[in-house]
Amino acid sequence: MSTENLKKTPLNKVHRDLGGKMVDFGGWDMPVQYTAGVIAEHMATRTKAGLFDVSHMGEIWVEGEDAIKLVNRITTNDVTKLVDGQAHYSALTNETGGVVDDLLVYRFDEGKLLLVVNASTTDKDWAWITSRVLDEAITLTNASKDYCQIAVQGPKALEIAQKFTAVNLPEIKYYHFTVDTFDGVDAIISRTGYTGEDGFEIYAAAQFAEQIWNDLLEAGAEYGILPAGLAARNTLRLESAMSLYGHELSDEISPLEAGLGWICKLGKGEFIGREHLVKLKEEGLRKKLVGFEMIDKGIARDEMEVYVGDEKVGYVSSGSPAPFLKKNIGLAFVPVEVAKTGQEITIDVRGKKLAAQIVPTPFYKREK
Amino acid sequence: MSNIPENLRYSKDHEWVLVDGEVATIGITDFAQHSLGDVVYVDLPRAGDSFGSHEAFGSVESVKAVSEIFTPIAGEVTEVNEALNDTPEDVNNDPYGAAWMLKIKMANPNEADGMLSAEEYEEYLSNQ
Repeated sequence: MSTENLKKTPLNKVHRDLGGKMVDFGGWDMPVQYTAGVIAEHMATRTKAGLFDVSHMGEIWVEGEDAIKLVNRITTNDVTKLVDGQAHYSALTNETGGVVDDLLVYRFDEGKLLLVVNASTTDKDWAWITSRVLDEAITLTNASKDYCQIAVQGPKALEIAQKFTAVNLPEIKYYHFTVDTFDGVDAIISRTGYTGEDGFEIYAAAQFAEQIWNDLLEAGAEYGILPAGLAARNTLRLESAMSLYGHELSDEISPLEAGLGWICKLGKGEFIGREHLVKLKEEGLRKKLVGFEMIDKGIARDEMEVYVGDEKVGYVSSGSPAPFLKKNIGLAFVPVEVAKTGQEITIDVRGKKLAAQIVPTPFYKREK
Repeated sequence: MSNIPENLRYSKDHEWVLVDGEVATIGITDFAQHSLGDVVYVDLPRAGDSFGSHEAFGSVESVKAVSEIFTPIAGEVTEVNEALNDTPEDVNNDPYGAAWMLKIKMANPNEADGMLSAEEYEEYLSNQ
């Protein structure tokens, strides 16, 4: 398979040397798994540590005196609540209340914010954001190519990462970050992740990617760290019921339907899409995202149809085996009348209707 | 490099067949299990079911994907490997042994002669 037209992270060669099985992920040549396999990679992250290359994510700087004003007007969460060194999860919404992308907003200071967006939507987001700027005094910079992003996640992540910085890592709270030296180079050290585990995401200049990756892998060996690919990243986020853009979120899906009401601060003042979200909330949701567990043997997969009795009521947005829970789970959009814990549904798995049950989410929550 | 035992016959869908008299034992190849990744579920038919050549008889699911499996040989299922319900990972660990899937009483005992030899299958894989 030719990978000439695919984008590559600075760790592409490292993945190949590690035996990564490379796939086209939204135009990026990425490892879906390494030689240990997705189950081992998933379990290592839950019980020890996993190392992830997430350099494909996009980084957009918003700088200038109106940085907060702009980002508050194009995203759903309340940027005015962030303090220096804090980040939050948010959504870029369109005029009809759909989601252009989900993202992290980092506040460095009142005139400097970093938006971290999905890889395959970076160009779309850039076009969207630049076209929505009104008279705000800001400078936008798409710095995606300049950065590598490496995530170390799992119960041993902190101990492993601590070997590379003088920053006392336990003092960085969840969804906070600091700018300091990591493994001898300038880095953003962020206590965030997409696995449901404690851990850090390290942003540094792309040229240091191999050094940081190899050093973390080597230092983590005694703790049982494994490099983990996109397949494990997906099963880990699904067990934790975190949304994946293109599945639980899209231009046509409201963040309210996707269970992200907690990042939609409708009272914060005007923002793009707010009117629609307020209206939707007043009129009441018709459909909603729920978690389910298979009762029958069999695995529900993305886009399979959901039934109650003979009536088709919805579809699976993400479905997979859950390696840590050892169950087959999924997320589905169903009418609110059906969205009740304990409700039995059936899922059309290649022509067979298999029984499943709606359960509370997240499916997995780590012990603190 | 895939493991390709000399004594088996192979299909282009990556199933293997071991012929013993009029009974064919069927499974998926090392190449197939490696492509799939960690197998978590194997859906097999029941003893007594009949299949034509190249008919789908079940599926193998890994964490990431589902793959249909086809009978390279027509006939009636005499036995299925129930153990794979509890240990689907056998498909990864021992594709030619513990992870046999079906035994079929062949409708035409010579049908396996038309399948690929180990050498031919290896060549087929190298051209993939």
